[in-house]
Amino acid sequence: MRYLLVEDTADLARSVQDLLRLNGHGVDWAASLGEARDCLGAASYDLILLDISLPDGDGRRFLADLRRQGNATPVIMMTARSAVADRVDALDGGADDYLTKPFELAELEARARAVLRRRGGAAQTVRRYGDLIFDPLTATVTILGEARELRNRELRLFEILLEAPDRIFSKDQLCDRLFSFAESVTDNAIEVYVGRLRRKLDGSTARIETVRGLGYRLTGA
Amino acid sequence: MTADLPEMRGRPGRVALTGSLRRNLVLQFLALAAVVAVALFFAVRVTADRAAEAAQDAVLGAATAALSEGLRAEDDGLDLDLPPTIFSMLSAMGEDRVFYRVDIGSRTVTGYDDLPLPTAPPQGALPVYYDGRYLDTPIRLAAVTRGMLVDGRQAQALFVLGQTRFGQRAIADSIARRAALLGIGFFLLAVPLSLLAARAILGPVGRVTEAVARRGPLDLRPVNQSVPRELGPLIGALNGFILRLRGAHARTETFITEAAHHIRTPLSTVRTEAEIALRQSQEEPTRARLRNVIRSVEESSRSAGQLLEHALVLYRTDRVERSSMDLAAVVAGLVESFRPTADLREIALRLGPDLPAAPVVGDRLMIETALRNILDNAIKYSAADGTVEIALTLCDGRAVVAVCDRGRGLGGAKLADLATRFRRGGNVTDVVGSGLGLTIVTEVAEASGGAFTLTPREGGGTCAVFSLPLR
Repeated sequence: MRYLLVEDTADLARSVQDLLRLNGHGVDWAASLGEARDCLGAASYDLILLDISLPDGDGRRFLADLRRQGNATPVIMMTARSAVADRVDALDGGADDYLTKPFELAELEARARAVLRRRGGAAQTVRRYGDLIFDPLTATVTILGEARELRNRELRLFEILLEAPDRIFSKDQLCDRLFSFAESVTDNAIEVYVGRLRRKLDGSTARIETVRGLGYRLTGA
Repeated sequence: MTADLPEMRGRPGRVALTGSLRRNLVLQFLALAAVVAVALFFAVRVTADRAAEAAQDAVLGAATAALSEGLRAEDDGLDLDLPPTIFSMLSAMGEDRVFYRVDIGSRTVTGYDDLPLPTAPPQGALPVYYDGRYLDTPIRLAAVTRGMLVDGRQAQALFVLGQTRFGQRAIADSIARRAALLGIGFFLLAVPLSLLAARAILGPVGRVTEAVARRGPLDLRPVNQSVPRELGPLIGALNGFILRLRGAHARTETFITEAAHHIRTPLSTVRTEAEIALRQSQEEPTRARLRNVIRSVEESSRSAGQLLEHALVLYRTDRVERSSMDLAAVVAGLVESFRPTADLREIALRLGPDLPAAPVVGDRLMIETALRNILDNAIKYSAADGTVEIALTLCDGRAVVAVCDRGRGLGGAKLADLATRFRRGGNVTDVVGSGLGLTIVTEVAEASGGAFTLTPREGGGTCAVFSLPLR
């Protein structure tokens, strides 16, 4: 997905940009509303991540202008202020969703997916691997014409493995990305989700291999 | 800062009352009335004395003139014929004794020769009146002179008539008694009148007090009641104070949002950087440390968030911005906003099939904050793959939101304990939390005229019930 990140705190913008890129997204960064206008004039984006307070104005007013001009790009507002007060403001102002800083990348992605799904899938996100078709937006894998719905963690697990097919991901690495750091998980929790995803991939050439003592990898292209 | 907030809430403090305007006014009115009553008494009494004296003088003068007419010079001497009208005239004043003396030259020809004489001899028939004592009794006297021929020689005859003053005294006393009664009556009448007057004067003060007291704790409009000129400065000072209070409120809100911004933005950077480092590191000890960093950031951002939310709720409690809203729409919107978060842990949010329209009046921000904390708790403490059920029902004129989970339950703790600031259940040490969530919910419920209960759910888990009165 292609993101436009509108955020004036350079440190934060850089790291969010890096993190989104690690997950395979394209990210342009605008440090002000003026830069954001330039970016929007030059390219089209799947999603705009918009901070509320920017040096040259209020993100909410910018969003209202954008909508008035007929630009329907989905917008997720980021707020570091009172969560509830800004939520009401942001949603009333035409935002599709809002996030309170600091946020987890997984939550940002989940919200982005939800927004795009609600908007009817603006972006071409479908991927093929082996004989299966994967659509993260509708959370389905289609194998031999049969669509199977993935639950949230199965979907995210599949996305992670699909980032680097044939690469071995350790249980820890998968755990870290699949579970929130706020919850405690046991070592074998990941096995449950690998097991479930394997059943969903049944009948496809794509399969998840257990590499004893090291972790899992996706093979079968 | 937060620790001080509860004490800031608007309970009127003890005011040192010194004296009472009403009592002072009444006392001053009564003192004035007493002075007037005494003055009235003396004025009436002096006037009565004078009037009685004038009456006696008139009688005495006429009698003296009559007496002077009664003296005739005969060949064989003088003949005094006391006309009876004299006595009938004199008896008009009452039971008084009468003395007379007639001098010709410097010799007393008849009557009492020790009756006091006037200091200056009267000129002609015009009587001279004066006071004197006779036989140890104060008397009033009148004297006239008349020229006459005695033994062929021209001589001046002096006629003195004295009368005791018992009659005059009796009349004056009787009038003085009435004057005293009049004074006392006036004073007694002044008591209710001064009470009424004090009430009328202090009326505007009471009306302003009532107008200010009747407004809610949230109403910070200036007082625009019309008041007497003397109360103008007081109302002006009060309005100035209200204006300053509004300024302080606005600054508090700005402070709270600014504080949130300045705490959360750097925390976001730390969290994202740590997440990137965790993604890139292959060494397990480093990864373990990074997990700790992220967990701590999560904990501190959550604590900061809830502390600020708590401060916001406490501060808004004093000035609830009431607006009407449909609680059903609020609940539905919130549940939608939580869905992606719940999805991440594969927790299903099941919103009751039909949400009845539930019109309520309150501070939308506070109510959303409360519901958000309830939902956040339910999701946080639910196991993965769990279900949180949210229902909205109308019951006894109240809108009731019930959020039930199959989480770990309350572990035997009571809501009263869990709703204490920074107190958390004994069974949640592995989950990030600040211990403020339930405090916030309880405070919002109190401030909005609602109720909040947390009960163990049959079959395991917890039911959080938040209700508000319907409009």
